[in-house]
Amino acid sequence: MSAPSDTAPLVPERRRGLAALLPASVRALYAGNARMFVVRGFLSAKTNNWIVVLSGFFEPVFFLIAMGIGLGTYIGDVELANGQTVPYAAFIAPALLAVSAMNGAVYDSTWNVFFKMHFGKLYDAVLSTSMGPLDVALGEISYALLRGLVYATGFLTVMQLMGLNQSWTAILSLPAVLLVAFGFASVGMAITSYMKTFQQMDWINFVMLPMFLFSATFFPLDVYPEAIQRLIQALPLWHAVELVRGLTLGQFGPQLLVHVGYFVAMIAVGITFTTRRLRALFLD
Amino acid sequence: MVHAQSLTKKYGDFTAVDGIDFEVAPGESFGLLGPNGAGKSTTMRMVGAVSSRTGGDLSVLGLDPDTHGPQIRAQLGVVPQEDNLDAELKVRDNLIVYGRYFGLSRAVCAARADELLDFAQLTEKAQAKVDDLSGGMKRRLTIARALINTPRVLMLDEPTTGLDPQARHVLWDRLFRLKEQGTTLVVTTHYMDEAEQLCDRLVVVDHGRIMAEGSPAALIREHSSREVVELRFGSTRNAAVAAELEGVGDRIEVLPDRILIYTPSGEDALEHVSRAGLHPTTSLVRRASLEDVFLRLTGRSLIE
Amino acid sequence: MSAPSLSTSPTTAAPVAAPHRRAALYVAEHQFRSMLNYKWTVVMVGVGTPLFYLLGIGLGLATLLDADLASGPGGPVPYVVFVAPALLASATVSVATEEFTYTVMSGFKWRRVFWGINATPVEPGSIVSGLVIAVAARMAFGSLLYLALMLAFGAVGDLWTVWLLPLVGVLGGLAFGLPLLAYASTLKDDNGQFAAVQRFVFTPLFLFSGTFYPLETLPSALHWIGWISPLWHASELGRVLSYGAVKPAWVTAVHVLVLLAFAIGGWLIARRTFTRRLR
Ligand SMILES: Nc1ncnc2c1ncn2[C@@H]1O[C@H](COP(=O)(O)OP(=O)(O)O)[C@@H](O)[C@H]1O
Ligand SMILES: [Mg+2]
Repeated sequence: MSAPSDTAPLVPERRRGLAALLPASVRALYAGNARMFVVRGFLSAKTNNWIVVLSGFFEPVFFLIAMGIGLGTYIGDVELANGQTVPYAAFIAPALLAVSAMNGAVYDSTWNVFFKMHFGKLYDAVLSTSMGPLDVALGEISYALLRGLVYATGFLTVMQLMGLNQSWTAILSLPAVLLVAFGFASVGMAITSYMKTFQQMDWINFVMLPMFLFSATFFPLDVYPEAIQRLIQALPLWHAVELVRGLTLGQFGPQLLVHVGYFVAMIAVGITFTTRRLRALFLD
Repeated sequence: MVHAQSLTKKYGDFTAVDGIDFEVAPGESFGLLGPNGAGKSTTMRMVGAVSSRTGGDLSVLGLDPDTHGPQIRAQLGVVPQEDNLDAELKVRDNLIVYGRYFGLSRAVCAARADELLDFAQLTEKAQAKVDDLSGGMKRRLTIARALINTPRVLMLDEPTTGLDPQARHVLWDRLFRLKEQGTTLVVTTHYMDEAEQLCDRLVVVDHGRIMAEGSPAALIREHSSREVVELRFGSTRNAAVAAELEGVGDRIEVLPDRILIYTPSGEDALEHVSRAGLHPTTSLVRRASLEDVFLRLTGRSLIE
Repeated sequence: MSAPSLSTSPTTAAPVAAPHRRAALYVAEHQFRSMLNYKWTVVMVGVGTPLFYLLGIGLGLATLLDADLASGPGGPVPYVVFVAPALLASATVSVATEEFTYTVMSGFKWRRVFWGINATPVEPGSIVSGLVIAVAARMAFGSLLYLALMLAFGAVGDLWTVWLLPLVGVLGGLAFGLPLLAYASTLKDDNGQFAAVQRFVFTPLFLFSGTFYPLETLPSALHWIGWISPLWHASELGRVLSYGAVKPAWVTAVHVLVLLAFAIGGWLIARRTFTRRLR
């Protein structure tokens, strides 16, 4: 933001211009100032929970070492659907990348938002300024995505050092991870806006566990009967895992577009519901 | 019921309670009046046998808190400064669970809980969640909870701080009933009106020391004249005008926002002021209060 | 209103004798009532966690394994048999990471119920005991569910001794949890310490203390992680009971002793930290 002056507009021109392009129904929710929320996120992380922020990087690395390398000694190579065989670590590393994108995005858009909404009273204070609820929502999501991007870069570097990236397309998994995280975060936030108690929030974790274990993360889908395979293929994490795995293992092909499309749809649905819900909660 | 002599509490180098003496008689309503940080809560915790003293003597119900904590606590009812009701339990369950800690049977707890809900005017809220209660209701529930074990002494740490005027009056009414029934009360407050309402006798504390002791009326008689005239001339003029008022009334206090004239007759003093050709923007005659006593004793007001 | 029974005549004798010897049970009763608020979480996590892990790790992941990881007295055992006791122990430990952290912070700070209890005849040590009883009961419940599912999956070897598994689960959970309780009770505020414990203590122990494969698989420079890990000792002990993992008797004794030392040591320290905080 420019230095304050007597005539400085409350909302900087450039972004106000952007917000003005939005339909009126959204403009009431959005002041084009989500960026302030990202700034707040970084300040808060710096003063409060940097260790938690840091830990987000280590968790997938621990999993990669313990499972990929440790358990990998008993597994050797894994044969993929197309007949290609890869070391076990190279098989699970992209899955762990996708899982950590999911975990981070879901945590930030559910527990974190829920807590601030009902206990921290943070949003009440923010919303009494010129910020709209959608600024807050997009701000929270952007902050989560930025964090996720940093983790993903770190993890991808580790993968590269361990020789687990088998193609130059691995670099594309960074935007892919962002897309995945955005999808989970927007749906997560929409769901959170319906939640009223901590007990209901527990169900979110409960849905994540089987997704984490069964979405072709630790072993290929072909161990399941046909029907179960179809069910899992309907879940978002499976698409995320396959997308990232395709990129790090260099299986570049049209099937990746299906996964991308899945997440684009997920984002559209998530944002639509979040916006609708924020209207109901804060404006009606 | 309570007997304290040179009672002292230090936190490291800092002395929170600095050798205070007081006595609480059965059936009496005893108050500790003082500003924030005076050491009231610290004193209450020592009497409540949850904080050990660093010096002096203390006996509560004839027992030494250092050696007979549980026996003492079994006979006290404690209303802490900050509510610590269990927000995860319903209103009535809060009372029952608490009663269990005194070793009361479930049946006794349940019967008593219903009685106390009635007393606290919370019967309709019995099945409500604590978080859905207003501040005044929470406070009444905390008081009801403190009575579950039929305590011999009820200790209230700032019972009405943070409540709106109406909620305070409802609460005072309940406490008054307890007093009428002969319950021994120990109350801390930094509101002089509360002290005047509730206490038969009180000590004025500041910086961990007792500044004065007596009934509210006696304290006012002793440390203040009967009436007070409050004059405002605007914050910039007060000090200059005060010099011209020299000699009016018994004593003059100049505060940042107003001038106080202590006098047996406010009307006479006010006449004096207008004869001197001074025209305050506002003037008010009132009876002297404990606030004036505190101001006299410490040179500061109670609520800063 | 009239409430003669409320009069607290100064001459009446004390209503109860104190300290009450069942104080810890009253605290536990209070905790149970609170747990009822999230009873469905407890049940759901209790059933779901074992089900998903046994399916995913015990059966799914096992299909990839080329070699046998462990054997009992009668030769090699299926992977699910090997991994199940460790999963059971990590389930109780994960209950500990929740109940001995956030619940404690809540008691001191968020809901402040410990301060309320503190004003009654109940002593700080009894608050600790009551908490431990309640959490141990939740662990026992979770362990029993785990055991039931293990039996359903045929994931046990020795039907005679496997019944002791829930006991090992509770012991393991407390061995990890009670030192954590002591630590949590010294914190004035949660600035992410609990999340850090979760991610820098629980997760590494879960991953590196012989849960998914024998500790010996790791380079010997990392074996100490297992030795200091209550989770490893509980898993190993569980394996002895569940399928008769072959090892010298003294090693089994060491597992028991280490777990007891962690649990009792943590308990004693927690009593002191609670007393210091509340008095
Ligand atoms: N546990 C403690 N450790 C250190 N200082 C304390 C503690 N409790 C109270 N104090 C200090 O003792 C003084 C008296 O506190 P308190 O008894 O709470 O005053 P009051 O209740 O009259 O407002 C204050 O200055 C406070 O900061
Ligand atoms: Mg106080």
